[in-house]
Amino acid sequence: MESIGVLMMCPMNAYLENELQKRYNLHRFWTCPEKPAFLETHRNSIRAIVGNASAGADAQLIDDLPKLEIISSFSVGLDRIDLGKCKEKGIRVTNTPDVLTEDVADLAIGLILALLRRLCQCDSYVKSGKWKYGDFKLTTKFSGKSVGIIGLGRIGTAIAKRAQGFSCPINYYSRTEKPDVGYKYYPTVVELAQNSDILVVACPLTDETRHIVNRQVMDALGPKGVLINIGRGPHVDEKELVKALTEGRLGGAGLDVFEEEPHVPEELFGLENVVLLPHVGSATVETRNAMADLVVGNLEAHFAGKPLLTQVV
Amino acid sequence: MSESSESPLVLVHRTPTLTYMDDHLSRNFRLLKTYASPDPLPVFLSRHAASVTAFVNIGRLKIDAELLSHLPSLQLLVCTSVGTDHVDLAECKRLGIAVTNAGDAFSDDVADCAVGLLISVLRLISVGDRYVRSGKWAKPGEFQLGTKVSGKRVGIIGMGTIGSRIAKRLEPFGCIISYNARTQKQSIPYRYYSDVLSLAADNDVLVLCCSLTDQTRHVVNREVMESLGKEGVIINVGRGELIDEKEMVKCLVEGVIGGAGLDVFEKEPQVPEELFGLDNVVLSPHAAVATPGALESVAQVAIANLKAFFSNQPLVSPVRLG
Repeated sequence: MESIGVLMMCPMNAYLENELQKRYNLHRFWTCPEKPAFLETHRNSIRAIVGNASAGADAQLIDDLPKLEIISSFSVGLDRIDLGKCKEKGIRVTNTPDVLTEDVADLAIGLILALLRRLCQCDSYVKSGKWKYGDFKLTTKFSGKSVGIIGLGRIGTAIAKRAQGFSCPINYYSRTEKPDVGYKYYPTVVELAQNSDILVVACPLTDETRHIVNRQVMDALGPKGVLINIGRGPHVDEKELVKALTEGRLGGAGLDVFEEEPHVPEELFGLENVVLLPHVGSATVETRNAMADLVVGNLEAHFAGKPLLTQVV
Repeated sequence: MSESSESPLVLVHRTPTLTYMDDHLSRNFRLLKTYASPDPLPVFLSRHAASVTAFVNIGRLKIDAELLSHLPSLQLLVCTSVGTDHVDLAECKRLGIAVTNAGDAFSDDVADCAVGLLISVLRLISVGDRYVRSGKWAKPGEFQLGTKVSGKRVGIIGMGTIGSRIAKRLEPFGCIISYNARTQKQSIPYRYYSDVLSLAADNDVLVLCCSLTDQTRHVVNREVMESLGKEGVIINVGRGELIDEKEMVKCLVEGVIGGAGLDVFEKEPQVPEELFGLDNVVLSPHAAVATPGALESVAQVAIANLKAFFSNQPLVSPVRLG
């Protein structure tokens, strides 16, 4: 059997790379000096793509690979893949749900605590020797604050459960109301923001949810409200966010994602009321290994004619 | 702000920055302020405080036998901390002085801080924030992977008002909670360990939130840290002296334990400088209670204790004197 060509879109995980290398003819797209020429050469042998939150497969790439059968994403988000095109051409798509839910929810709570209690500033205050000269200032309590979640899927629900441990009332917005959850539903994001101290983005990125947190929402959240984004950078109008923060119209932000990663607006670097992380929502040893196993497992199932593990399309 | 001549007299001591109770106190009592006088404290007390029956100690001024000897009429000592390791409780008992502490006023904020420190250590939040702000993310190279928080085995030393709230917060994370305390508490569903060494052996994280007493001083020593192991993390929101700090620094530098989140230290505000360069250590300047809400709560608890005392009602948050 000729070896199966798998195109890996960018560096994402050494363990995953090794496992793919062992089983397939692995092409590392980021090492190709002339990408169009590479695609021309290998167009008939590449049958699978492995992408992630940074790089997937747009319509052009899908058209360039006529033997493409499956795209296995090392992420739960699928915004980098042209799903419509995949449906049209019968290309299967898998992702990595569930295994990363806890990590992302943990990080959302971690961002809230680090932001409200100024934990990063406390850390550098002590490590710079400043404590000898005086106490750090008062910070803001988390327990009991109202948390508004945009998107009550797996991750949103996990965040809600954790926030309840801190006696936080939970509000949410989603496409449809969920009558049995016991949380308060708001039919618009603006109303959710008006009625919440902490707004958390936890929905998928689609054409409908791009810039779902816009200037109006930020103004509704207000100078005492804070925004937490563990979804995708484009969920938030980043230009407006920077203005709202630097002008004091928004109380603070904890951000794990940005519109043009790894670029982060430098105006944020000097602000005390932000916490900035380099897209580490699922970045633990345990979870990345589990995600890698799912990617490989889906590919193996596909090429063996067995049912896929976590099929989306 | 009128002061009735009928209001009871209360002795108050505080440092210049801890002004959060000034209004509460002056609205309700006549005040004898140690900090309004240039006299050294023992002189001031001898001169003015002979008839004082109630003393509010805002902060952690050491209350020892010598100081108490200048307060012959004292019946109530109101503390604004949860910990009373700065008070000679045995001497208070001998002299018939009741002592109250902050009760539950801080517990939520301290529990929040403990969980925040734990997530920050395991998920590298402080390191990550520095990494992004320094511009390193835009350059080639990968940020290191962190460690999953959910599902970790957490051993809590001290299962009082703070420990139980930490447990409540960690349960939805799927953490497996066990504890050590002076006595097993029948109402608590978590597994009890009668000694800290076994607790450390069976857990990934140790959280310290017990009182500092002669029995608990250096309860976390080298042996316990070796038992916790090289992936283990210590979170301390109790008192610095609960840990053998010299040994802990060695254990962190040598990789005997995996990391630490510390809000308290043996000789605050001095902190061992060997910790400053460690990414697996998150430090906080004894700020676990430092929110306006916590201070307002403790002020209310203090006032409630004073009012109860002066009207012969049961105290709100009495400390057991042993």
